[in-house]
Amino acid sequence: MSFRVHVRVMPRGGLLDPQGQAVEHALAALGFAEAGGVRIGRAIELDVAAGSRPEAEARVRQMCDKLLANPVTEDYLLEVEEA
Amino acid sequence: MLKVAVVRFPGSNCDFDALRAAERVGTHAYLVWHRDTSLQGADVVILPGGFSYGDYLRSGAIARFSPIMQAVQRHAAEGGAVFGICNGFQILCEAHLLPGALVRNAGLTFVSKPVDVVVERTDTVFTSAYAPGTRLRLPVAHGDGRFVAADDTLRMLEAEGRVVLRYEPSSEASPFQPNPNGSANHIAGIANAAGTVVGIMPHPERVADPLLGAPDGLGFFTSLAARQPRDTTLKVPSQ
Repeated sequence: MSFRVHVRVMPRGGLLDPQGQAVEHALAALGFAEAGGVRIGRAIELDVAAGSRPEAEARVRQMCDKLLANPVTEDYLLEVEEA
Repeated sequence: MLKVAVVRFPGSNCDFDALRAAERVGTHAYLVWHRDTSLQGADVVILPGGFSYGDYLRSGAIARFSPIMQAVQRHAAEGGAVFGICNGFQILCEAHLLPGALVRNAGLTFVSKPVDVVVERTDTVFTSAYAPGTRLRLPVAHGDGRFVAADDTLRMLEAEGRVVLRYEPSSEASPFQPNPNGSANHIAGIANAAGTVVGIMPHPERVADPLLGAPDGLGFFTSLAARQPRDTTLKVPSQ
């Protein structure tokens, strides 16, 4: 089976996110004063061949821990869908 | 004669500067390619500055898994000396040879200018030529130089005296912006517990030649040159 996995990597809460701050200021300058708490991360999508959904998720977690995210500064979320 | 391997990754751009600085202090310095699997018996390894693998994903994240880094990991585990400069420091953190991480500068811009730093720890392979408290003016050139670490890691680094270089924290003492990237505790460089693995953001190899002004960075190289070679049969090649 093949699964499409969506990985969302975000700067860890509490870590200064200057990109998020800059975008928040830009939004305020454009009149979107109601926007707050802007944080910027990255999205990664990949296809994974695996026997089951839990297996696919477990493998992508290993990929995140080893390479896709830095455990010192980032957290990640996974969404797995059947391709 | 001391053997110094300078690792060249695709995107390294300070490799020749590091090589020349190592040669200047009388070592046998040579380049190794990222796909190589051997350091050819190096006593000291330098991971130079640049933008290895285009800084894709995170600075240093891909370089960490290159074949030569497996050899660097073994070298470090055996007590071998490793010096990471700028991108090399980022690679050492990604490879978990040093704690913490280097993330986007707080000001979001690439910073390329001289900074004033203070040498704090001098019982490392790369800072033994300096007296503690020595102030140096070194160039920085980076976009991802903000050192961050978990609170307990920062406390450990401070308690164990593992901060090698700190940006001059007083704006009165330096004409330059005190902390160019927002690093935690003004940290510009750290060492492992043994003082054999050191990573710093400034570029001492760019100020290691009197032709280019005060050679404030030369001491890092005279320090490493004082290390005892493992292979004492290697003689100075006759010119």
